[in-house]
Amino acid sequence: MIEARQLTKRYGEKTAVDGLDFVVKPGTVTGFLGPNGAGKSTTMRMVVGLDTPTGGSVTVNGRHYAQHRAPLQEVGALLEAKSIHPGRSAYNHLRALAMTHGIPRRRVDEVIELAGLGSVAKKRAGAFSLGMGQRLGIAAALLGDPQTVMLDEPVNGLDPEGVLWIRNLLTSLAEEGRTVFVSSHLMSEVALVADHLIVVGRGRLLADTTVRDLVREAGGDTVQVATQDPARLRDVLAGPGVDVTGRIGSEELRVTGLTAREIGLKAAEHGIALFELSTRQVSLEEAFMDLTRDAVEYHGSAPGTETVESLGRPA
Amino acid sequence: MSTLTATAQAPSTTAVRPAYRVTGRRVLASEWAKLWSLRSTWITLGLGLLFLIAFGLIAASRYKSGIGSGHMDRDFASSTAVSLSLFGTNFAQLALGVLGVLVTAGEYSTGMIRSTLAAVPRRLPVLWSKAAVFGLVALITGTFGVFVAFLFGSRIVSGTPAAMDFSHAGVVRSLLGAGLYLGLVAVIGAALGALLRSVAGGISVLVATLMLIPGLVSLLPSSWRDDISPYLPSNAGESMFALTHDATSLSPGAGLLVFLGWTALALAGAAYRLMRSDV
Repeated sequence: MIEARQLTKRYGEKTAVDGLDFVVKPGTVTGFLGPNGAGKSTTMRMVVGLDTPTGGSVTVNGRHYAQHRAPLQEVGALLEAKSIHPGRSAYNHLRALAMTHGIPRRRVDEVIELAGLGSVAKKRAGAFSLGMGQRLGIAAALLGDPQTVMLDEPVNGLDPEGVLWIRNLLTSLAEEGRTVFVSSHLMSEVALVADHLIVVGRGRLLADTTVRDLVREAGGDTVQVATQDPARLRDVLAGPGVDVTGRIGSEELRVTGLTAREIGLKAAEHGIALFELSTRQVSLEEAFMDLTRDAVEYHGSAPGTETVESLGRPA
Repeated sequence: MSTLTATAQAPSTTAVRPAYRVTGRRVLASEWAKLWSLRSTWITLGLGLLFLIAFGLIAASRYKSGIGSGHMDRDFASSTAVSLSLFGTNFAQLALGVLGVLVTAGEYSTGMIRSTLAAVPRRLPVLWSKAAVFGLVALITGTFGVFVAFLFGSRIVSGTPAAMDFSHAGVVRSLLGAGLYLGLVAVIGAALGALLRSVAGGISVLVATLMLIPGLVSLLPSSWRDDISPYLPSNAGESMFALTHDATSLSPGAGLLVFLGWTALALAGAAYRLMRSDV
């Protein structure tokens, strides 16, 4: 359980995190989303006490991180890939961290196996690829068998196999009843694993919601219909909670509030011919972009470049 | 019965979780393990030891051959077996001080510090442990080095005016003082590294403190110079292991106190920055 109350961090003039209030609950995967520079990493660093908040507070399982007797058992964090000394072997790195808590060697071997680092554990960590470094960071995060697992952009630099591994890992951790908090700037990635979403932009909370609700609020599922008699179909479909739009003289209509199946049945009932009937889902990516459009830190500057451009491929 | 089984299953992971805990001794053990798991430690310590012994022996040999030839620098001619054996101290202090800087600042330059402080978020135990572990290692290395240098150096110069052995007054005190000095230089290095969070910055300030400032102070008017000079870290440190003392230098005890004061000051600065600044 992570609780942030009015969490604020200023660096001189710049406000990186601006009065964030949120709760990350156990037993689910909570996605922490926002464009680059939205304050995600700063927030995560404040959770584990590396940065001190300018205002407000953040607690882990009811206490400030530093007040726990065994911090690594409360929160296991992957912050930045390079939180290691390149001259030390993966095994020695994990072993040194384990020693501070009295974590046995057996557990070090366990997380090395879990992260798939068995064959390279004795090699200098400086020679690791980005993906291997990321796996080492995750091994370190899991070392203390923590209640809360917090990962900052965990899939960065991982190959497809690694990405899949992370997804399964996150899901199984949540199933074990742990709190899983994972940040990303890619909606599509988070949507695959997260149930709950905390969306930030420019340090402010934009949404604290579920994946389902986010899609619904962004327009829900739309059904596209093409028919011989659009005017009659409109009348037939009309009802509470149903919205039908379409240009005058066009055969195409867009319907929200009814499923394709319901529309098809009603049309058949009234003998209206349909040429097309398809469900168009508002993509999560679109919903996310709608939400963060105003909060994107760095818009593409070339004339004619849409914000979509800068969001779709963040540097 | 059913309630019993229910409660037995309910606390999922919490019930069987081992009771880990961060303690001062464990942080100390962790820093010990970290120190020896880096190749740079072995190289730099080896280098420090080499400087101590090799330069001590070279100085003793030069003295011996100089005595024979007759023309020799007056300062060099007034050397003793102790001062000759300790010739390498100047170089060894750089090796050990630099390694001290690396022990702390190296964690900042690599990012390791984030892992370290996430494991020990109270932070100060990390600084004390680093200073203690590395200070002790440097103390032992330094003491071993100067005793070996003297053991062989005094044999080389036996039969010359510089000849001395362990039974001479002040010899053992000087050698122990030199070892202690090297240990404290290492602690100062570690403190500077933690204070400045930069390997280059830490090494620069260390070299400036130990080697450049004494030279600069000599530019001051002599009345000031004589008041300030003995209290400088390098000069106070030198009094710890010098065999003879005159009016311009501190006694070994006073030198030790002043040098301890400088060490404490550096550590206090490091502790302040560690607690106050984000990582």
